[in-house]
Amino acid sequence: MTETQVAEVGTTETGIPDTLEFDVIVVGAGPAGLAAGTVCARAGLNTIIIERGRKPGTKNVMGGVLYTRPTAQVWPEFWKEAPLERCVIEQNQWIMTEDSVIKMGYRSPHFAEGVPNCFTVLRVKIDQYFAEQAEAAGALIINETKVDEVLQDDGRVVGVRTGRPDGDVYAPVVILAEGVNPQLTCALGMQEDLKPDIAAVTVKEVLRLDPEIIEERFGLNEGEGATIEMFGASTRGMLGTAFLYTNQNSLSLGLGVLLSEFAEIPDTPHDLLQELKHHPAVAPLIEGAEPAEYMAHLIPEGGYNEMPALFGHGVMITGDAAQLVNGLHREGSNHAILSGKTAAETAIDAHEKGKFSAQVLGHYRQRLEETAPTIADLRKYRKATKFMEHHPVLSVYPALAAYAFEEMLTVDDKTKRQKQWEIIKEALRRRKPWGMAWDAIDGGLSFI
Amino acid sequence: MSNDPVIMKPDANKGLDDRLYTVKYEVDEENSHLSVIDPEACIRCKKKPCISKCPAEVYRWLEDEQVLEIAYENCLECGTCRVVCPYDNFEWEYPRGGFGVAYKFG
Repeated sequence: MTETQVAEVGTTETGIPDTLEFDVIVVGAGPAGLAAGTVCARAGLNTIIIERGRKPGTKNVMGGVLYTRPTAQVWPEFWKEAPLERCVIEQNQWIMTEDSVIKMGYRSPHFAEGVPNCFTVLRVKIDQYFAEQAEAAGALIINETKVDEVLQDDGRVVGVRTGRPDGDVYAPVVILAEGVNPQLTCALGMQEDLKPDIAAVTVKEVLRLDPEIIEERFGLNEGEGATIEMFGASTRGMLGTAFLYTNQNSLSLGLGVLLSEFAEIPDTPHDLLQELKHHPAVAPLIEGAEPAEYMAHLIPEGGYNEMPALFGHGVMITGDAAQLVNGLHREGSNHAILSGKTAAETAIDAHEKGKFSAQVLGHYRQRLEETAPTIADLRKYRKATKFMEHHPVLSVYPALAAYAFEEMLTVDDKTKRQKQWEIIKEALRRRKPWGMAWDAIDGGLSFI
Repeated sequence: MSNDPVIMKPDANKGLDDRLYTVKYEVDEENSHLSVIDPEACIRCKKKPCISKCPAEVYRWLEDEQVLEIAYENCLECGTCRVVCPYDNFEWEYPRGGFGVAYKFG
């Protein structure tokens, strides 16, 4: 091999890099890892992204809605060419009882103008697009390779050990974008493993349906999309949400439930998904749609309170592994991308300084506070999960609200005043006045 | 958590097979990425939430043998079993690189 060949990062026939030292190692080719890898490579850093799946995206699951502006901070104008499903112009919130629904929603053409607000996506397609961008920027992506261990020397992270023979890879900076199961981060002692009260099990089905039928059923023009989030009986009143999103020629239908509550009942995630598919408000929307794929994933719900130390000597943690998810607003990939980008910028700085200490990489957290809404938003909702666990927001109130609607919309021999009194009596029967007052006060304190 | 046993409803997961049929796997025939650390703890465990909360019915309790059967080849790699186990009794890792679930859409 000539000297020039050695200097370049090449790969052997098996795809294993022949140079095992890099400027930056990124673990995981999801939105966080691919954003980090793209930004590092663009700055000229010798960057490797290690992915355990056969291709980027094949292990990844989300609802999923991808927000354009945060994504465009890494891949400008990606929406003009990326494999996106539909531009979301209508977002709905449904409050469900077993057989009824209160519908709210907002539809606006502004969501599609200029820089569109968000798109529905399928992760296997979009992650592969992001991976192509990372490679075009110069990053090396090695698939089918699991990182078994983060290598340390004297308390400093110096590389990773992969499952390949002679699979140790070294770099002064390792960016962990390992996803919701934080095996490597835990092994480093940077956080504790997930607990049932901060993890939601989520199942989803992709249901194939003709675009024309989707557009007709959801009142959409070509390329336009709608989302529906469902609360209440859709998760049997347990803390969680169900969702139905329109893709180009399929629907994504799924639900997630906090494990601590779900563990109390004998039903399976599959059962709840079946129940959802048969709900009278959901069934007509998915009728005739052919199941194309079933999937499951955990969503980290710990938020601000469970956020690990985001950095150490030679290491930064991004995306789901760092609990950077705002469940209430179904935001995750945007925070993943921004955290990956910010970690990358910190790595670039560290390389310029030639220093990789926790103090230098600590700028990652500082930057994330200052330049992205990520940490500020998580801090705002830090009490949200606990509030939802301690108040019957998703059990008592949806049924009560439905009762009120049904009573007021039914014309019979009762006067409207009588109906109002009956609603008030029913409300007090289902929830004591001090309970309601406590729900309202604590709700105010937890969310405002 | 209350102490009543909650395992799984008899008719639960009806139709799950059809659903799993849509999933593509590259099965690692050589080794399971999932195992139980202490089989005695499973016997003491009343609810066995790993069984009902697994989205892919990987776990089954063999009453005669008093052992948890693990169909790891069905695993969707979500991590629910590990997180929901009241005894922290899973040796849980992702399958070897390139193996396990391979989503087509995600």
